[in-house]
Amino acid sequence: MSNSAIERAAAATPPKLARRVRGLSDRAIAWIFVAPTIFLLLAVNIFPLIWTIRLSFTNYRVNRPNAEVEWVGLRNYQRILTDEDIWQTMQATAHFLIWTIVLQVLIGFALAWLINKKFRGDNFWTTIIVLPMMLSPAVVGNFWTFLYQPQIGLFNYVVSFFSGVDPSSFSMIGEVSLAPWAIVIVDTWMWTPFVMLICLAGLRSIPTSIYEAAECDRASPWRQFWTITVPMVLPFLMLAVLFRGIENFKMFDLVVQLTGGGPGSTTELTSINLKREAFEKWRTGYASAYAIILFVTVFGLASIYVKALNKVKER
Amino acid sequence: MSDFSVIAASRTQKWVAGTLVVGYAVITLLPLLWIIATGFKSPSDAIAYPPKIFFEPTLEGYVNLFTTRTRQTAEFLAANPPQTWYEEIVRKYDMVIAGPSRFGGRFMNSVIIGFVSTFLSVFLGTLAAYAFSRFRIPLKDDLMFFILSTRMMPPIAVAIPIFLMFRALGLSDTHAGMIMLYTAVNLSLAVWLLKGFIDEIPREYEEAALIDGYTRFQAFYKVVLPQAATGIASTAIFCLIFAWNEYAFAVLLTSGTAQTAPPFIPTIIGVGGQDWPAVAAGATIFLLPVVVFTILLRKHLLRGITFGAVRK
Amino acid sequence: MKTRIALMSAAVGALFAGAQTASADDLTLCWAAWDPANALIELSKDFEAKSGHTMSFEFVPWPNFADRMLNELNSGGQLCDLMIGDSQWIGGSAESGHYIKLNDFFEAEGITMDDFIPATVAGYSEWPKGTPNYWALPAFGDVVGWTYRKDWFEMPELQAEFSEKYGRELGVPETLAELKDIAEFFQGREIDGKTVYGAAIYTERGSEGITMGVTNALYNYGLTYGTADEPYKLDGVVNAPEVAEGLEFYKELYDCCTPPGSSDWYMSENIDAYKSGQVALQMNFAFIWPGVEADPNVGGGKSGYFPNPAGPGGHYAQLGGQGISVVSYSDSQDAALEYIKWFAQPEIQAKWWELGGYSALKAVVEDPDFATSQPYAQTFLDSMAIVKDFWAEPSYASLLLAMQDRVHDFVIAGNGTAQEALDGLVEDWTEVFEDDGKI
Repeated sequence: MSNSAIERAAAATPPKLARRVRGLSDRAIAWIFVAPTIFLLLAVNIFPLIWTIRLSFTNYRVNRPNAEVEWVGLRNYQRILTDEDIWQTMQATAHFLIWTIVLQVLIGFALAWLINKKFRGDNFWTTIIVLPMMLSPAVVGNFWTFLYQPQIGLFNYVVSFFSGVDPSSFSMIGEVSLAPWAIVIVDTWMWTPFVMLICLAGLRSIPTSIYEAAECDRASPWRQFWTITVPMVLPFLMLAVLFRGIENFKMFDLVVQLTGGGPGSTTELTSINLKREAFEKWRTGYASAYAIILFVTVFGLASIYVKALNKVKER
Repeated sequence: MSDFSVIAASRTQKWVAGTLVVGYAVITLLPLLWIIATGFKSPSDAIAYPPKIFFEPTLEGYVNLFTTRTRQTAEFLAANPPQTWYEEIVRKYDMVIAGPSRFGGRFMNSVIIGFVSTFLSVFLGTLAAYAFSRFRIPLKDDLMFFILSTRMMPPIAVAIPIFLMFRALGLSDTHAGMIMLYTAVNLSLAVWLLKGFIDEIPREYEEAALIDGYTRFQAFYKVVLPQAATGIASTAIFCLIFAWNEYAFAVLLTSGTAQTAPPFIPTIIGVGGQDWPAVAAGATIFLLPVVVFTILLRKHLLRGITFGAVRK
Repeated sequence: MKTRIALMSAAVGALFAGAQTASADDLTLCWAAWDPANALIELSKDFEAKSGHTMSFEFVPWPNFADRMLNELNSGGQLCDLMIGDSQWIGGSAESGHYIKLNDFFEAEGITMDDFIPATVAGYSEWPKGTPNYWALPAFGDVVGWTYRKDWFEMPELQAEFSEKYGRELGVPETLAELKDIAEFFQGREIDGKTVYGAAIYTERGSEGITMGVTNALYNYGLTYGTADEPYKLDGVVNAPEVAEGLEFYKELYDCCTPPGSSDWYMSENIDAYKSGQVALQMNFAFIWPGVEADPNVGGGKSGYFPNPAGPGGHYAQLGGQGISVVSYSDSQDAALEYIKWFAQPEIQAKWWELGGYSALKAVVEDPDFATSQPYAQTFLDSMAIVKDFWAEPSYASLLLAMQDRVHDFVIAGNGTAQEALDGLVEDWTEVFEDDGKI
């Protein structure tokens, strides 16, 4: 390090300020640096969480400021867990979650594998492919309703162009049998690049020496793929699945713009259902209990999953 | 090496891989190109069957996006000939421009809330990340995990108590409220990303500075900060993109004064139904900055989307 | 002496002007984004000129209107000074104190509710219903009615074919069954080289669409909300077998005679379909009629209008429309009241009708020239005479969401039977009223 640069920098610091901070120990600085973050997160996350837990035991409703708030114990929880409609939204969420992850993993991995062949312009095309995931899901989701319109929508037209089906004969977001797939398609379109990028990092982390050794042993490419590539990428892939899982469990903006939960309640994912309870019916206490149940579910599932992930990494 | 080498692909393999990837890229780009194209269509071209790939471009969508229009009587129209090119476009429908639309304001809200919250979260995040990276802090791992776990809550669940809190504090539909909320939400990302970046800066630099008589604070902002500049910049862009795209909080906690563009754009309607060219025009203007940022971010993209868990 | 008077009047004038500028407020009026709102901008220019206040408008499209505005009210927001809120919000807004009570103001300004169409006073202003407690001034009368392609109905070859098939003339339907016949007749027909469909009806899921549509069938098959003696009696009333028949009718109409892909349609989609010549009939609120008349494709005599046809159990139509209220969180309540006072004047109301706003003032609609002033004026009057509204309870949103869910699930998604859908609805509604402590 050049001494002169440091001396110059030291000289440039106003003496008053320097004196004031010089007196601080590392420990004090550590706390000064961390405190605002912790404080803000406490104020915006933990305090509300505690408030939500409290509310979840009451029948409080935001739109009834004058009504008496009663303590109802575990009744909200009991009602939610025995409500068939809520189990239905859980099923819709599970369908959405499982299929988006399956498709995104398959397509994402395949793309990463192809890009890793390092053809000319691979960096440019990777950037192009990544674009959808960076865009606003609400704005894009809204526009997809236009693409999905029977007859005039691009999607129906493209499908009819390739399959010969009449473009006005089906409505992706209007039919019970198609709507769950309509949201899977858009989510896959948006988020496959995410899985792809992570897989690509995984593929690039494999040292070439391993393949070289395998080739010396005359292992077939097929065998190399299954014994080297897949196991080495697996931790990365599992991480991608974790992120997509949490994100899609929380899914709201994209689907609310696409289908609004319809037709009927076919695509009413838990977040959309929760929004109805909390901000349309204004059953605040009930919705709070609902929110806590969801939070515990995500947290529990994610913790179990992270344990599994760590095991895979250790191997 | 043989043709089947996994390490270095053959020409044919490269060619096939390239074609498949480019094919996918083109398909994936179609919806975005369609948004841009629709922005330049007239309303009747936009809903034509079959969809029109070639059309006569017009700025109607953009005019409709930025103005409100009212219908007028034939006498009024005859007495007041159009003065500008955009007046002329509107006249085709026997309408006159009554004033600016709310899009400009909503777009500015996005800009203000996005930039201020990004600045705050990166500022606070850098301090916290430095402390987490360099000092011994009790329960460090737990604190870091706590910071991350705040992102697991569904936004709707968080919004319930926040709604009550904002109402009690008079923060509903205010810039200050939204900035505070987005700052808090982005902080976890900022801390995790920046800790990764700062971890990579060798401690020796600071130690040398400390030996030379620097205070800890001077070492931080004269030595560490410049080294972390790229990391801070890319973190900032990630925070900005999040704030820019956020919808759930915006739709539940703002109604007008502080409403950002994402909840607004889907509600742009013309006479009768949704005015798709205007919606597409709004979407184009709104999405374009993110496209630019994404291209700038290329190198750090992976890190950003995985909270620093995967580094290239 | 003369100078003194002049001086004094100057002083008074200055005082007055000073007072005016001091209290010149910027009022924000919140309403739905639709044609009448644009007419209100025009109308309000007169208020701005006369009062010195400036007006801003926050218009939200119908599918988001209730969501956004109730959120705004419940958060105690100050965005809106004046709210033209939907009729069903009145109970909740009165009980939660979102609106200020207008009785004293009406009394002081000599505004009396006797001057307004009774159905609109009951629908838009009163809470509790049937009591003289007013929270809004009827601002925009509206009701579901039907628009039809007169030019198609008058085609001789179609008339001939129709009377051969159904044994009566092709004309305005008297009953819902006749309406379905006509829709069926047009469905899939080739007219002017284009395939057309029967009817555009409300099927929207997200806000209130399908409920506002299906009630037009249900009322006329005998649906009542509770009974006269027991206002919250639901079982055996709401899910009576004849009401289930009405629900089946709506599903049959949807299945047989609507355009493909119309599974999530409300006002604007119906307008689009009608104006682009896709359908022979459309169900829609009366507010669209001025726009239809002015439309280059379907206006100028090509369209006709009729009230919702009768069914086996009665003759009703779903009430729409809104009253104008002052938001209690507003800082400019006095100026907002000034606006209402200005708006209630007979000449302003007359101009309101001229610009395409449906005035609810008796003086306007009972004018001898009113019925002939527009082709749809008589239909509007006939329709307003048979209105019925959805629940206006404070829990209306929960009631509405349950109905949206149950009805959409049966009519559009095709799950279960009509009876099961209504049984489920009774269950949901009972739960809501139990939570409210009403039963």
